This record gives sequence, C-alpha cells and structure tokens, in this order.
Amino acid sequence: MIAIPSIPGFLKEPNGPIGKPVNRVDGRKKVTGDAHYAAEFTLPDLAHGFIVSSAIARGRITRIDTAAALALPGVIHVFTHENRPSLAWFDRKWKDDDAPKGAPFRPLYDAEIHHALQPVALVIAESFELARYAARLVHIEYEAAPHQTDLRANRANSFTPGKDKGGFQPPPKPRGNPEQAFLDSPVQVDSEFTQAAEYHNPMEMHATTVLHHDDGTLTVHDKTQGAQNCHTYVCNVFGLAKSAVRVMSPFVGGAFGSGLRPQHQLFMAMLAATQLKRSVRVELSRPQMFSFGHRPETIQRVALGADRDGTLRALIHEAVQESSQHENYVEVVVNWSGQQYACDNVRLDYTLTRLDVHTPLDQRAPGAATGVPALEIAMDELAVKLGMDPLELRLKNYAETDPNTGNPFSSKELRACFRHGAERFGWARRNPAPRSMREGRELIGWGMAAGVWDAMQGQAAAKAVLGVDGKLVVSSATADIGTGTYTVMTQIAADGLGLPVEEVTFCLGDSSLPTAPIEGGSWTVSTVGSAVKAVCDRVRSQLVTLAGKLDDSPLKGVAEEDILFADGHLIVRDDRSRRLSITDVMRGSGTLSIEEEARALPYLLARARHTFATHSAVFVEVRVDEDLGTIRVARVVSAIAAGRIINPKTARSQIQGAVVWGIGMGLEEEAFTDHRLGRVMNHDYAEYHVPVNADVPEIDVLFVEEHDDMVNALGAKGVGEIGIVGVPAAIANAIHHATGVRVRDFPITLDKVLAGLR
Amino acid sequence: MRSFTYARAGSAADAVGRAGATGMAFVAGGTNLLDLMKADVLRPEGLVDISRLPLDRIEETADGGLRLGALARNADTAYDDRVQTRYPMLSMAILAGASAQLRNMATNGGNLLQRTRCYYFYDTATPCNKREPGSGCGAIGGVNRIHAILGASDRCIAVHPSDLCVALAALDAVVQVTGPEGERSIPFAEFHRLPGDRPEIDTTLQPGDLVTSIDLPAKGFAEHSTYLKIRDRASYAFALVSVAAGLEMDGGTVREARLALGGVAHKPWRDPEAEAALVGKPATPDSFRAAARVLLRDAKGHEHNSFKIDLAERAIVRALTDAAERKGAPRP
Ligand SMILES: Cc1cc2nc3c(=O)[nH]c(=O)nc-3n(C[C@H](O)[C@H](O)[C@H](O)COP(=O)(O)OP(=O)(O)OC[C@H]3O[C@@H](n4cnc5c(N)ncnc54)[C@H](O)[C@@H]3O)c2cc1C
Ligand code: SF4
Repeated sequence: MIAIPSIPGFLKEPNGPIGKPVNRVDGRKKVTGDAHYAAEFTLPDLAHGFIVSSAIARGRITRIDTAAALALPGVIHVFTHENRPSLAWFDRKWKDDDAPKGAPFRPLYDAEIHHALQPVALVIAESFELARYAARLVHIEYEAAPHQTDLRANRANSFTPGKDKGGFQPPPKPRGNPEQAFLDSPVQVDSEFTQAAEYHNPMEMHATTVLHHDDGTLTVHDKTQGAQNCHTYVCNVFGLAKSAVRVMSPFVGGAFGSGLRPQHQLFMAMLAATQLKRSVRVELSRPQMFSFGHRPETIQRVALGADRDGTLRALIHEAVQESSQHENYVEVVVNWSGQQYACDNVRLDYTLTRLDVHTPLDQRAPGAATGVPALEIAMDELAVKLGMDPLELRLKNYAETDPNTGNPFSSKELRACFRHGAERFGWARRNPAPRSMREGRELIGWGMAAGVWDAMQGQAAAKAVLGVDGKLVVSSATADIGTGTYTVMTQIAADGLGLPVEEVTFCLGDSSLPTAPIEGGSWTVSTVGSAVKAVCDRVRSQLVTLAGKLDDSPLKGVAEEDILFADGHLIVRDDRSRRLSITDVMRGSGTLSIEEEARALPYLLARARHTFATHSAVFVEVRVDEDLGTIRVARVVSAIAAGRIINPKTARSQIQGAVVWGIGMGLEEEAFTDHRLGRVMNHDYAEYHVPVNADVPEIDVLFVEEHDDMVNALGAKGVGEIGIVGVPAAIANAIHHATGVRVRDFPITLDKVLAGLR
Repeated sequence: MRSFTYARAGSAADAVGRAGATGMAFVAGGTNLLDLMKADVLRPEGLVDISRLPLDRIEETADGGLRLGALARNADTAYDDRVQTRYPMLSMAILAGASAQLRNMATNGGNLLQRTRCYYFYDTATPCNKREPGSGCGAIGGVNRIHAILGASDRCIAVHPSDLCVALAALDAVVQVTGPEGERSIPFAEFHRLPGDRPEIDTTLQPGDLVTSIDLPAKGFAEHSTYLKIRDRASYAFALVSVAAGLEMDGGTVREARLALGGVAHKPWRDPEAEAALVGKPATPDSFRAAARVLLRDAKGHEHNSFKIDLAERAIVRALTDAAERKGAPRP
C-alpha cells in the first residue's frame, strides 16, 4: 500500500507532480549508455594512472626504485613521496566537509605507512594496461613496524571521543540510576554484539578524469557525492584558483557514502595533471576499493531490565568502534537507544579504539545500521524472556516524546508502521514459540524490528531560469548517486510552477552551480528540495507581478495566494475561467527569461525544540534448513514513516535497495582481516559477498501517512537510509524464532547457526 | 598486464608443439586465466589460443559412455540432453557453479585446470607457496574459512574450487590428453593431486599436455544421484562443501555407492572405504552418517573452517538421502 499522501495546506496545487510515481527522468540516459561516468570522459592526449598500494600495514618506505617501470616505453612518470611537488602544509587545507577531527591522510606525503593498501606511488603511462604493468615493476622496500588491526585485542585502549565530526552528537548524560535499576529488574537481558567491518563497494569503482584544457584550466570528472567539496579540496591542496577548476559528477554509479570525502584517486589524478600539464585518468581497481573508508567494526553490549509486565526499567548500551591513528571517525551508534523507548534509567556509552587502518567512513545509515540492530535484538530477547509478543513489548515502551531531550517529535507515525506492517505481514498469526513452524526440512521463523534515522536538513541554494518558451531549468550543485535526485527535484520544480515534468530540467553534479552540501544523511530532498521550492516560489511571484501588469489581464488585482499554477497557466482559484498561460505572461510583458536564485535554511527554531526522525517497522520471514543451517530470507515487509513521499516509485526503490543491503549485513557482508598482515584478504566481489538476486525475496514496501509541517516546506523527510536500519535485527530475530538459536554476531553465516543447532 | 605473445593453434598437434616451450599457457574461455594475469598472479610469456580447436563436441563412446570435448562450454555440457538424462549429477554440478555468463564462456578443460580461490594466492603482497614456492602459506594461521579439511599439507591448505570436477570424480571420468609424448588417458582420481610439498603443482599434467576430452563411462547413476552445494549465498559463490552422490539401489539397500566432496581438499575428495561402508547397508540416515564419519575420520580444521567437518557430515547425509529417494533422473 502506498499511502496517498495527505495534502497539507502548503501544497499549492493538489494535483501537481509531487507524490506521483514519476519515472526516472534520467532513466533513458542510463539504459542507453548516454549517462557518462567519471572514467568515461576523455581527450586525445589522455594519460592513464595506476596506483601502487602498500604491501605492509605500518612502517616506512626505505627505498623506492622506479627504474624498471620508467624504462618501459610509454611510461611517462612515476610519482612518489620523494619527487612530489610541494603541497599544502596545514591540516586544514586537507580537510573536507566530511572530515572528522584529526589530520587527514595525505597521499604520497612522506615515507610513513599508516595502513595496508595505502597508496604509495602513482605510475602514469600512455595506456591503462601499461600503467598497471609498470606499477608492478616499482620496487619498494619497507621497514615494517608492529601494527594493530584487531579491535577485540585492543579495545582496552579505547577513549571517549568528543563532538568530533559534523552531524555527530556524543551520547547524552546518563539518566536515573541505570546500574541499580538493572540489578533490581526482575527480568534482565545482557548481551554482547559484534558487527563486522563492511566496505561500500559501489558497482562503479572510484575514478577521476582530469581534462587539461589549453588555457590551463581543468575540468575534473570525479566520482563524488559532493562536487563542491572536492572542488574546495583540490583548490586548497594544490593552491589553485577556484576559477581554474571545475568539478563535475553528473552521474555516479552508486556510492553509499564512499563519495562523501575526496578519495585519493582524485588527489592522484590532480597531481599528475597539474605536474604533467596533461589530461589524466586514475581509476581504482576492485581490491583498491578496500584501501579507504569502511563501516567500522563494532563491539556492543546492551543490557535491558524490565518489570514482568514489560515496562523497561533500565537500558544500558555500550559500543566500541575502530578509527584510524590520525582521525577520530565517529558515528551515532548508541544514542538511538535512548530515543526509541521510554525508560527512566539509561546509560549510553560510545568509545573509539585507534587501529592501524584507514579512517572509516559513513556508510548507509552510519551508526544506526550498527547500533539499532543490537538494541532490537536485545528487545527480542527480552520479549522471549517475558513471554510477550515482541511487537507488544515495543508498543508498551513506545516513546511519545524523545526521552533523550524531552522534546516532542515533529511527527512520529511509528505506531502506524507497526500496525500496517503487522497487518500486511500477518503477524497476528505468529505462534511465539521458537521452532513452531516448519515446511519439509525448513524451519520457518518470523521476526520483527523497529528502525529510526534522523530527518536532517542543511542549507542549499538553487537557481531557476524560466524561458519564454515555458521551459524551466533549475540547478544546484547536489548529486544523484542513483537515488533519484534528478527526478524528485524535477517534480518539486514542476509542482512549484504548475508545469508538466517534461518542461523542467534539473542540473546537478557541477561545482559551478549554486551551493549545495554533500549528498548524504538522507537530507537531500529536505535540503536541496527546499531550495528548489524556494526559488520556484520567487519565479512564481515574479510571474504574478508581470501578469497583473498586463493590459486587460484577467488576473489584474488578484492576490498571489489566490492564483493557482497548473498546466502551464496562472489561474484564479475561485474562477478558473480567468487564466493566462506562462508563455503569454512572459511574451506579453516582453520578458525573455526570468532568473532567480534562492537559498533555503532549516526551520531553526522548530529544530531546536523538536526531534526530527524517520521510523520503520520491518517484518521478516526466514527459512532455515534444519540440517544444513542454510538461511534464506523468504519475505520482507518494510513499513516506513518518512513524512510526505515526493515520488513513491523512487522512494520504494530506495527502501528495496536498503532492504537488500540489510540482508547483506544480516547474512553475508564481512571484510576478513588477517591481523598478522593487517590486511583485508577478501578484497574482491568473488569473496566479499553481497546479496545476489537469488538471495532477495519479494520486498513489500509500505509508506504510512505522516503529516509534518515543521520538517521543511515540503513536509518530506528523506528515505535513503531508514530502509536498512531494522533489517539485520529482524533477520536475526526471525532466525531465533525459526531455530531457537540466538546469533549476535553479524553477519549470521550458516556456521554460526549450525553451532547452535548441534 | 605484462606483454605476452599470442598464437592461435591450428590443430591439437600445433597447440601441443607451441605450448611445449617454457612460459607458455593454453587459453580457452579465459575466464580464469585472464583474471589471474590481470592480478599479476600468473605471468605467462605467451598464450596459445585453443578456443577454436574442434574439440567442442559431445559424442557417444564405443563403450556406451559420453565423450565431453575439452572445449565444449560448461553451459552446453550442462544443457545437453544426454548429459541431463544419463548424468544428471554432472548437469546439476555445472549449473551450481559460477554464473550463466561465465558458464557460457568457460570450457570443460579450463574448468578442470582452474586455480584455487585462496585469498593469498590472489594477493601478490602476501606469502603463498602455490603462487611463489617457498614464500610460506598465508592461510595457515591466517584467514582460512574457505580452506581444506582433508588431505592438506603444512605447505598449503587450499581447495580446488570446481563443482564440475566433483561430479566427474564421482562418475569415474577419464581425462584424455595429448602431449609431447603422445596421447594418454588419466583416470580422474589421478588427475588432480594433493599439495604435499609441491603445492604449486595442481595436476599430473606435464608441460605441453593438452586435455582433449573428458570421457564418462556408461554408468551415470541417473536413477539415484544428486549434487548438493552449500555456500554462503544462494548463487555465485564457491562451495563451502559440496557433495556429488550416486547410488545403485536394491530396494531399500545400497548396492553400489559413489561419493565425492568438493570444497574440502586440494582435489575432489573420494574415499573408497567410505563408499564400501555403504554397500549392503539400508538407505537410512544412520548408515549414511556412518559412511560420512569414515570419510571424515582424518579431517582437520583450522581457525575459521572447522565448521566444515560437521557441515560435510550433514551434507553427505542429506545428499545420500536425496539420491536414495530419487525416482528417475532429476532435471536440474
Ligand atoms: C566470478 C567467478 C565465479 C566462479 N564460480 C565458480 C563456481 O562456483 N564453480 C566452479 O566450478 N567454477 C567457478 N568459476 C570458475 C570457472 O568455472 C572457470 O573459470 C572456468 O571453468 C575456466 O574455464 P576457461 O575455459 O575459461 O579456462 P581458461 O581461463 O581459459 O583456462 C584456465 C586454465 O586451464 C588451462 N586450460 C584450458 N583449457 C585447457 C586444455 N584443453 N588443456 C590443458 N589446459 C587447459 C589454461 O591454460 C589455464 O591455465 C568461477 C569463475 C569466476 C570468474
Ligand atoms: S593455502 Fe595454498 S594457495 Fe593458499 S596461501 Fe597457502 S599455499 Fe597459497
């Protein structure tokens, strides 16, 4: 069921394109190969780079011999720390919009090795194959130093980070007396959870093509979620004038957070292009996709104490995560636990351990996808101990206001998610006893979990140009990483001016466009959509003014709020026969085009006084082969409350994709590190498992109605991340229901279930 | 990629002649060799392209068996009517492997000679005796979830990754080879070898030896057979454990048994004692389990793969149960 969105008062034209399942406006380009990605741009003199990756995890380079590589005909240059040009000195010049506290990694900066697969040299040659071959001829000698990559072995050395990254909030202070309340609780759960490190692994590998123009300016085609973030970074690092560089990323083949920071291939391609004064492309190999950024490995403890009627008395959630030696990557892991359920005695702890790894990086629902599943499994364990239905337990402790802050939610239709999701799934028919359902050799289990994610908003600007032909072009420097940004922004703009979507073009992925922040955190609809709406409102006012001034105007003297925009016309609300087309208004007034720019800010006052969040309820059926331990997810229902859904089709795709990833988190994804080598070993698609089609069942997505007039002018919250959050826990809970085996260690591979079945 | 010479073989004799020189390698479908060359794991000086040799047919043999051309594609083999009806476990095994696109490219000969999927073998910055003799075995004491529990050595604990080969082992196939010394036949059990102290050598082929066909004997166990593959996802993953099982039944009693395991050793694993333990026994989980325990009596796990021992036992019981219950040839 796709809820028909309610039509709040601020929606000017109820029948506009907002809320319609509009097809992707870039779909045709994508399926015909007309959408071009970073590694597909070229110029006749393009040179190719291949990066040499460190063989050790920590130590220093004692010697680099590039003679054999340089001796090959067609090899142009080998960049190393020994011959690099002088670069920016201060750390702040190397920072970017998503940099945590610390000193950002500087490629080819010196002889030090900080992590395995660290880029240590760049070979430039006339072809990719030659560059790759020559990279293998670069002879490097190292002096290895002892490294630490094992979180469990090093967790004793953890520390409590501060507010070390944008968007991060340290856990709130404890409330009540959690330790005593836990001890006093008649029913207790105290469990440890582990989450393996995961790599983003978008289909398109990170690549940058720098086109060097005759006038010395550079066009940089980069795989990024923030063209302007990369623009600032390269100008700072290489000391370039802003006007000399333009960063483009009109199409991105998936990113999931991997493009939130400028990655080292960008640096490398820029280094070579500026030094050689040539166009250069650098593309990472699949194994090199394991050389930066990952969802950090995490160890957690959740302790819950409850009365016999299910009332939560105590909630303790502790998490320790890895970060690098040089930056404090932090994400909100435990705070959600204080927000999801009403409980008077709560302690939330979050600590970091420094390891000799590259800095972790936001990955779809960073923190929530790790922390919420731990809480939601613990809740399931508690329900089992209480002999209570897990859904009932969640309703019993439902938080009407945000217990962390005492503030109300701007809107929270989690109850509706529970109700509609349960109904669709058939939850009421569930026999609570584990191992109570089977078919043939398969045990069947039903599990559920709740999910939560922030509904954030940043600041962005947008520009609109309306032509006399009635065509509208709107632009903002945001990104579309496959999420549907092009489409929803087109809809919002078309809605704003009552135009058919075919008459509207939206431009993004270009650093020269009006300012927009990095595309992450599910805030793009909120942030950029609000700017698009604001700029269209300005154009609208202009049109109304122009229309009123025309001779014999049927709109003369009509106030703006009494005019509708629909079908390319300005229409008097109460007398629809009084109308003028947009083109007539412009022609009549001698206006060739209307240009406006606008910036949208969050409603700061409302934001200070409310908690803004999306919610979900996920219901999963698994089938576990009783003899073999093999697990398959047979059915998923995901009910989502995320305010107004701008496009139910692209929104559903987001949730489905996130559920697929949730299956991967739950059952498959894991980077295996050889701690002796400090190196991830399964660094390819054959051995780093993500779900294949055969693993993915029918995924039923429901959007429940949620009205929110505080979140932004659109009433929309964003759906990029909420879809993954509850899934791993719902799977784990379903496995328990099927088998009676409780696994708290993600991913739940068959050996972990077998160990319990034995 | 390193530079290499390329020559297209005009005939089998031509191929053998060209490949005799050091550093030469045959290329058939290229789905394994080219990957390994790109990863700098294999560095042949020259490729002899055999993909157009007329060795791609599937033909009847005089003794009632079937001859699978070395260059017949995995997909064409799996979907061949004769294979499906007379050797269903073989068809099932092929279709349990890789992906449709890979099976369309991959040849039967290439499948026999594919290299291990051990992580260390693929990563040239790490030690691996198979890739670089004497450099050590990264997997021992390292990451070894996918490694061997049977027949390993202290030099190498890699497994052979093929599915097809497990069924071929169970069926007692014979590999036909043309080499510098002429033609010969290699029983399947003698084709792959255990790592011992020479893990760099996977098979008993000599330099220049060309596999021309794989011959299946008449007996295909079509009535009572199966191929069971257990892996970490539903498709497109190598076997953690796989079992090819073929039975000849006399009512509820086993008259003859074939049992081969994949994912557990450096070669498809067969154990005559385990098969003998089944003969004359009722087709019950207990007798299947007893045979499994015979087969696994010397199994030894490592830090991450000990679960395979228990899993293998369960898989054997399941596969034999399925095979025994089958009535007629299963269509994969
Ligand atoms: C992602 C991926 C997943 C896979 N999953 C599976 C799986 O689940 N199960 C499975 O069984 N396989 C799997 N495979 C492996 C696949 O089956 C092999 O790559 C394929 O069978 C090799 O055949 P080819 O013709 O392409 O061999 P090539 O790559 O051309 O050659 C492989 C080797 O065989 C030698 N060779 C080839 N033909 C002959 C011959 N006639 N005589 C002598 N030597 C010869 C070559 O010199 C080379 O050393 C997978 C492969 C990939 C890439
Ligand atoms: S198991 Fe064999 S292939 Fe793997 S690292 Fe050891 S020697 Fe190399």
